[in-house]
Amino acid sequence: MLGWFKKKPKKNVQEDSAGRSELAREDIEDDKSESAAQAEDVLISEEENKSVASIAVREHAPETARSKPSEKNGGLFSRLKEQLAKTRNSIVSRVDALFLGKKVIDPELLDELEEILITADLGVGTTHELVESVRAKVDRKELSDPQVLKRILKEKIAGFLHSSDQKAELVMPAKGPFVIMVVGVNGVGKTTTIAKLANKFLKAGQNVILVAADTFRAAAVQQLQIWGERIGVHVVAQKTGADPSSVVFDAFDYAENKNVDVIIVDTAGRLHTKVNLMEELKKIKRVMAKKIPDAPHEVLLVIDATTGQNAVSQARLFSEAVDITGLALTKLDGTAKGGIVVNICRELTIPIRFIGIGEQMDDLRDFNADEFAEALFAEGES
Amino acid sequence: MFDNLSDRLNKVFKDLRGHGKLSDKNIQDALREVRMALLEADVNFKVVKDFVATIAEKAVGQQVHSSLSPGQQVIKLVQEELISLLGESTKYLELQGKSPAVLMMVGLQGSGKTTSSAKLAVLLKKQGRRPYLVPADVYRPAAIEQLQILGESIGVPVHPSQTEQDPVTICKNAVIVAQNSDYDTLLIDTAGRLHVDEELMGELGNIKSAVQPAEILFVADAMTGQDAVTVADKFNQDLNISGVILTKMEGDARGGAALSIARVAGRPIKFIGTGEGLDALEVFHPDRMASRILGMGDVLTLIEKAEEVVDKKKADKLAQKLKKSTFTLEDFLDQIQQIKKMGSLEQIMGMIPGLNRMKQLKDVPKPDEKELGKVEAIIRSMTAQERRKYQIIDASRRQRIAKGSGTQVQDVNKVIKSYSEMLKMMKKMQGKAGPGTVFKGKTKRKRPKGLSRR
Repeated sequence: MLGWFKKKPKKNVQEDSAGRSELAREDIEDDKSESAAQAEDVLISEEENKSVASIAVREHAPETARSKPSEKNGGLFSRLKEQLAKTRNSIVSRVDALFLGKKVIDPELLDELEEILITADLGVGTTHELVESVRAKVDRKELSDPQVLKRILKEKIAGFLHSSDQKAELVMPAKGPFVIMVVGVNGVGKTTTIAKLANKFLKAGQNVILVAADTFRAAAVQQLQIWGERIGVHVVAQKTGADPSSVVFDAFDYAENKNVDVIIVDTAGRLHTKVNLMEELKKIKRVMAKKIPDAPHEVLLVIDATTGQNAVSQARLFSEAVDITGLALTKLDGTAKGGIVVNICRELTIPIRFIGIGEQMDDLRDFNADEFAEALFAEGES
Repeated sequence: MFDNLSDRLNKVFKDLRGHGKLSDKNIQDALREVRMALLEADVNFKVVKDFVATIAEKAVGQQVHSSLSPGQQVIKLVQEELISLLGESTKYLELQGKSPAVLMMVGLQGSGKTTSSAKLAVLLKKQGRRPYLVPADVYRPAAIEQLQILGESIGVPVHPSQTEQDPVTICKNAVIVAQNSDYDTLLIDTAGRLHVDEELMGELGNIKSAVQPAEILFVADAMTGQDAVTVADKFNQDLNISGVILTKMEGDARGGAALSIARVAGRPIKFIGTGEGLDALEVFHPDRMASRILGMGDVLTLIEKAEEVVDKKKADKLAQKLKKSTFTLEDFLDQIQQIKKMGSLEQIMGMIPGLNRMKQLKDVPKPDEKELGKVEAIIRSMTAQERRKYQIIDASRRQRIAKGSGTQVQDVNKVIKSYSEMLKMMKKMQGKAGPGTVFKGKTKRKRPKGLSRR
């Protein structure tokens, strides 16, 4: 889970007046409760947490808010499960159906397993690795029960998901605004993701501005501006056709004296094979670093989850150009083939930060490998 | 691992070529590679299975042609199968019947419906129709503005839709407007939606019954994975689509979606989007696509493109000049401009047979469009006299030209050097081949490219 939405309020406890931090803290707790794995975080900051909580109770009397987290916890997780139902149906249910009534693992079963995994967009390479490891075990007579096979499969997949996991906190700057540059091919949902992301930061009590550096596509600037209005965030923009680097420069200028915590930069969609457009992206990045050293702190690549194996190629080429530090996978609710998530985790060492599982504002979720694997393999109860 | 489909298949066939006779094992090996290549290219699993089975069956029962090596025979088989998979023959839009003819663009979010609508409008306008763009996406912020801006830039009127309106009403109104204003083709750009969103799918059904479209085009992203089939199938079931537009084909997507959708939905692919420019929409030709997949190049499209931009009279004049060795820097400039008109260099190179197979070319930096621009600027900064007689360009003139074109003296030197070498080459050619052969024209067209790479 990300630490992005917590850090600022913690600092506030120490430095600022409490007003802003209470609200923020509540949100953090909601955030935390999303996953049991966050327990440590709570412990780490327990002391300040207590004080904030007490202030919050005193001044805002949010008794309702007290009881909310647990409710929300169940709600959020079940929503994740529900939205991933299709993915689960495609992998797990079919695996279940495959194993139903089977007592032994024979070559036919393994072939069918291969088919299921490939049709889930797991990719030929990943599928091979999975199936071959199982096959080897069967050959060595270490494995004969199909039910055990399922467990092994789950562990392996969870292992892939974990392999690329990285702490998101590492990319946060010690001081100054946190700059996120959002890139991706055309039509993956960059602008929408940015709006949802900004909303997330906003809820955590952070001061966000958006930068409309997609000056190429018709009405892209307006699209971001409309989102800005809806969630109440300032959007720095020039007119379509302007040099994106100059928009970024302007935005950083604007942010300088305004106590901005987070700057999210929207760039034009571009195919990763267009050398010249990738050069433009490099330039935007260079300009950022001139104005704020170390910026952008996060280069977020947005990938459409319905994309097939090309997603890996996208991630690779964008990485070569601008060093991607995180991924956001969108439209996971529409696809029955969330397998690409696993494939990306295995092929690349870039951590997945967010997954988009629906059209609502809070359907942009922090990616949690455990939770994802759990939801993927949860028994069909939803 | 990330070779594209053509590369993979080429490798298989290279191995096959060595064999005088195909054994069962050869065929099995080759088919296994074909299968893997197709799967990695995101072709749907079931489609791959059928495809490989068909080829295996035919390959075994194949009569031995004396003129073809066994390897070539398999290639031929694969090509034939690919063509049939892709829909056999080219299918065009069918806009006869009542006027105004209505086209509906449908598809997932971000597949490229709005851009494709504008591109299609450009194409229809070229054919002499009077298109009318109707934005019916009231959900995505600024979607209507996007189409309005695009419409303005291509000179096609756009229906003044409002986000508060109901999409069905918008479409009904647009039809009435079209009838009154004498537009003969309506292009409805609907909102992107998930195929599982029953409510929004229902809305599409309502629009369909309200306007009775002549064509419903399903717009799909060429990079879509195994799910492409499910989505296309659902849209087809609900709306009975009449054709498919595949977008973002210029990337390194391996075109698997094209194969799968054509087969599973049983609907022809009618257009492919090949670039960000508003004229980058091509009619889809199954046979050419198959050649492209197999790395055989696409000479037909290349010739068509060349014919579109090359002025016959100018070409004749040029041949005359070549004969008399009066090819000046000005003609050189003309050539460059013609090449630029044909599209991006990358696109052109992709269509030349065999070029994509040359490994050494892959590592060479891609010819930069800007380089061509530079050459153009340099030549434009010369005086008329200099252009006619390059020998008079001395050091101080070179400096002036460099300044005038915003380049370095070295760049100017490079241009002059390649031009003078080209002249030399031409003289030599004239010595060998008779003047005015077709061959000559071709060589010339190639030179500026070599120049830009140097």
